[in-house]
Amino acid sequence: MKLLVAVKRVIDFNVKPRVKADGTGVDLANVKMSMNPFDEIAVEEAIRLKEKGAATEIVAVSIGPAKAQETLRTALAMGADRAILIQTDDEVEPLAVAKLLAKVTEEEQPGLVILGKQAIDDDSNQTGQMLAALLGWPQGTFASKVELSGDKVDVTREVDGGLETVKLSTPAVVTTDLRLNEPRYASLPNIMKAKSKPLATKAPADYGVDTAPRLQTLKVAEPPKRSAGVKVADVDELIGKLKTLGVVA
Amino acid sequence: MTSLVLVEHEGGQVKDATLATVTAATKLGDVHLLVAGQGVGAVTEAAAKIAGVGKVLAADDASLAHNLAENVAPLVAGLMASYDAFVTPATTTGKNIAPRVAALLDVMQISDILSVEGADTFTRPIYAGNAIATVKSSDAKKVITVRTTAFEKAAASGGSGTVETVTGAGDKGISSFVGAELSKSERPELTSAKIIVSGGRAFGSSDQFHSLLDPLADKLKAGVGASRAAVDAGYAPNDYQVGQTGKIVAPEVYIAIGISGAIQHLAGMKDSKTIVAINKDEDAPIFQVADVGLVGDLFKIVPELTEKL
Repeated sequence: MKLLVAVKRVIDFNVKPRVKADGTGVDLANVKMSMNPFDEIAVEEAIRLKEKGAATEIVAVSIGPAKAQETLRTALAMGADRAILIQTDDEVEPLAVAKLLAKVTEEEQPGLVILGKQAIDDDSNQTGQMLAALLGWPQGTFASKVELSGDKVDVTREVDGGLETVKLSTPAVVTTDLRLNEPRYASLPNIMKAKSKPLATKAPADYGVDTAPRLQTLKVAEPPKRSAGVKVADVDELIGKLKTLGVVA
Repeated sequence: MTSLVLVEHEGGQVKDATLATVTAATKLGDVHLLVAGQGVGAVTEAAAKIAGVGKVLAADDASLAHNLAENVAPLVAGLMASYDAFVTPATTTGKNIAPRVAALLDVMQISDILSVEGADTFTRPIYAGNAIATVKSSDAKKVITVRTTAFEKAAASGGSGTVETVTGAGDKGISSFVGAELSKSERPELTSAKIIVSGGRAFGSSDQFHSLLDPLADKLKAGVGASRAAVDAGYAPNDYQVGQTGKIVAPEVYIAIGISGAIQHLAGMKDSKTIVAINKDEDAPIFQVADVGLVGDLFKIVPELTEKL
């Protein structure tokens, strides 16, 4: 079985984003960028399935600027076999990303497409579900466990009340949650090896997908600020404060 | 403009998240509800009593029993011929189903809205709530998920909606429900609790997490939450996680204990009315957002606090 994983280049999760003074967006100039953490988990899961013998080839896809090549090289260094960059400098919304991924999926015919459940920049949490809808495939979202058996895949999902398991027919779409696995670091020899793995560059037009945005961002603003309050010296003073707040009688 | 709101329900009851979603949808115009499930008679009756609701569509079928997106989304997409917007709470159920509906309708979803600024304009958090975007949709129909903490709950009674039965496309046959392990707790649910006590990795073990936090939560009649670090370490189950990718909460009082305050955690709780922080590191970022801070050892402070309350 072939696996397709989708990865996005985003602001590093340790960086505190700053809103641009002119309110047009978040300042990404000279900011450290990395692979979206949930996508790292997706790559790791694909590699583990291959190591278990459940998969034969892993294809990593990214949609973004030329620099998204670095993100794909990271996926290749972790263990993906080849990569496809659909290069564009435009912002591509989840719906258009899903349409592009659907085209790649039709070409590549993977048994599973694994994606992060959300990207930590726009926090949309949509692409995997949309891809599944466009393909008419089942979806296992927010996965904390993925078990392939024959032509079925059991996905345990992190839901508001706890955990839920669904059985899906393959091919299927899986989106990853935090507890699915702990992604590996790429070793230096593998980073070197990744440089010679195949990476194809395409354009959205090659797939005939219209990526014009449907949402126009009118403004990006700082959230209301909270200011630090008071420090109390001990538990008695804390209880006093809680009483003033009406939390305890 | 008329919106169709997906009712989230459990055990024959409408969940609170639905009530806040109704309030958000009311800002767009008329509100109809969809109750999908198996044996939904009681829920449908309860849904019809929600204030401001015009009509309740009841879809009762075995294929809808477990909110399988593969079966619910085509039902909704079919009904959307008569509606201008589909609105769900941004719960795991809503987040699972809404984008599937949006793609079937060729609509770009607006996730996690904080406010309705106009018929096609909304605000939503991006970058873990470190920025708030105002976005305008050019799609003819809207698909929206709602951050329920940003809207007041609609009254659960006083409405008199009419009930209409609808049928879906049945079972798509590509997915099935196997089972669930749901946390059983007498404590209030995190997303509706008035007080939350939340613990971090500083607790050191699952035993210490529960033996220290549970009695405090019982005294305060509080819900119990956790940081990602505590959940990753196995001290608490996943449904305790508060943060960017866990639950978003906004209780009256949030008591963060042994939580340093990573931006991903702050994203989930910084709209709480009052934040209390207990941490041994006086430079922990949590103190920058806390209204009341106490620097010290949680292993001494928590038992003392529990005893003196």
